[in-house]
Amino acid sequence: MTQVQIENVTKKYGDFIAVDGVTVNISDGSFVCLLGPSGCGKTTLLRLIAGLEDLSGGSLSVGGVDYSKVPAHKREFGMVFQSLALFPHLTVAENIAYPLKIRGVNASNRRVRALELLDLVKLPDIADRQVHQLSGGQRQRVAIARGLAIDPKVFLLDEPLSALDANLREHLQIELRQLQKALGVTTIVVTHDQREAMSMADTVIVMKAGKVQQVGTPVEIYRNPANAFVANFIGVSNLLAGRLTGLAQFTFDGQVINLTPEDILHVQNGQAGTLSVRPEDIVVLPDPAQGQLSGQVSFIRDLGANVEILVRVGDIDIISICAPQSRPSVKMSDRVGLQILTGRATVLAA
Amino acid sequence: MTTLTARLKDHRGPAYPLVMLVVFFVVPFVIMLSVSFFSRDEGAFFQPAFELSNYARFISPFFGKVLLTSLTFSAAAAIISVSVAVPFTYFVTRMRARWQSVMLVFLLSVLSLSEVIIGFAWSTLLSKTAGIGNLLVAIGLMEISQSFTPSLGALLLGLTYLGFPYAVLVLYPALSRLDPEIPEAARMLGASPIRSFVNVVMPMMRNTITGALILVFVFTLGAYLLPQVLGRPQHWTLSVHITDQAIFQSNLPFAAAMAIFLMLVSLALVGISTLLGRART
Repeated sequence: MTQVQIENVTKKYGDFIAVDGVTVNISDGSFVCLLGPSGCGKTTLLRLIAGLEDLSGGSLSVGGVDYSKVPAHKREFGMVFQSLALFPHLTVAENIAYPLKIRGVNASNRRVRALELLDLVKLPDIADRQVHQLSGGQRQRVAIARGLAIDPKVFLLDEPLSALDANLREHLQIELRQLQKALGVTTIVVTHDQREAMSMADTVIVMKAGKVQQVGTPVEIYRNPANAFVANFIGVSNLLAGRLTGLAQFTFDGQVINLTPEDILHVQNGQAGTLSVRPEDIVVLPDPAQGQLSGQVSFIRDLGANVEILVRVGDIDIISICAPQSRPSVKMSDRVGLQILTGRATVLAA
Repeated sequence: MTTLTARLKDHRGPAYPLVMLVVFFVVPFVIMLSVSFFSRDEGAFFQPAFELSNYARFISPFFGKVLLTSLTFSAAAAIISVSVAVPFTYFVTRMRARWQSVMLVFLLSVLSLSEVIIGFAWSTLLSKTAGIGNLLVAIGLMEISQSFTPSLGALLLGLTYLGFPYAVLVLYPALSRLDPEIPEAARMLGASPIRSFVNVVMPMMRNTITGALILVFVFTLGAYLLPQVLGRPQHWTLSVHITDQAIFQSNLPFAAAMAIFLMLVSLALVGISTLLGRART
């Protein structure tokens, strides 16, 4: 059991608080993404878990054992660094087998294990190459293989795919996820890319300014963001600042939006709030009298796979995305109605 | 048709290092080389000639031993300086930028000290009356103060002190460019901090370390004052004998011959070590 329990973990550099009282429970065998903008403390949190930084406060336990004071080299974790940090003076196989060498495994067994891991990351036949002869994607896989060489208790990855081009990145996200599923190793990945987090993680931990904003499955976080920051950081969100004026009424820019019982409300009646709705959950209607809201089309762009329509309401542009086949017959400057799909609106605290 | 001056203008840039090299290196070297074949004239320094007697005189058990002594001392000084400088520089590169510059400025100021000052400063520090012997007595490590100089240890200390800043300056750029995630990766893979340094950082720095060893070796080979100030006569290196011949015996041809010989031997050693380094990569 390698459940990772992070209790009120804090890291200070002088007056600067990089990680501020983070408490998270990471269950055995799960794939967790630490997600947030740069400088939010996600990498520092990962380094604290790795033991590369000392805790300023709080505690860390792994499999029920206190790890707060265990030095990095005794944690038996695997880690893939942002720079990958492959050793240039060793061959691919020697890189992968390095942790086994430290543990006194003999040369032939090390070789066998290195080849096995190279098979696992789908890179047979490169065992004797030098690191500088590899492509970016190959280096990435070698770094992953090296991190997994000792069957780590916890597998940590710091922005592992950020240096790769978009296609390769998507491909490796899927591979990494499949690999993790097959091995069942508890995995924690740092990323600033919400798509990456959504495509790999069982659980996403959204961070901002050293604090955890929300913990949940990708769908929970997408459908039910805890606050405006999360709503905006995960995907695109229309954020309408207004007030809850009735049991199921939200007033924005003088217009009353009738909510449905399935919509999620984080504020009480009469309080100010922000209504968050995803672009794909709001439909443009040609008749301004229909729908919950009306406005004027300010921009239309056809991206092929989908169509984006911007509708000016008050002083914001509400984005609606639809498939080309369900594109409404509207054009620039038309007055139109807007309909939020049932249960897809969330009213967040202002 | 281009005139000569125009053509010279075209080559001005590349010609500059060549001119410097010829004026400040090739010309003096050729003078020294020719003098090494001249014959000595007791009354008037030397006479142009072509004789091999200066070289012949050098080929003797005595000078052979002196040459070996010189090479051994410089090699020892190089090994000690670099062994101290590698971890030292590594820790300096791990400091904050401001502290790094403080350390480097301090080190550069040591470079401004001449061999004379370094020699006499150490000879005072290691003396019986004003030296660290008194300090050792004060903290109870010794009964009575004693002198540590002249001795082989004092000489090696002086040579190491001389070579150390150069070793650091050679190592610093390469070590500060080292990705800090490399030693961290080694730690995550199970290597203790010392092991990750020895297993990963040192091998990655092999060429730089070789460079530092060669620099300190060649540099200390030319030290002619420290052996006289901190060493005993049996510790006198070839450079001391060259100085002795050139200045006190006024035998420039022989001094020149010894200098050429020393240069050839050290060039050969540097060449061999470079070739060995290349063969292993």
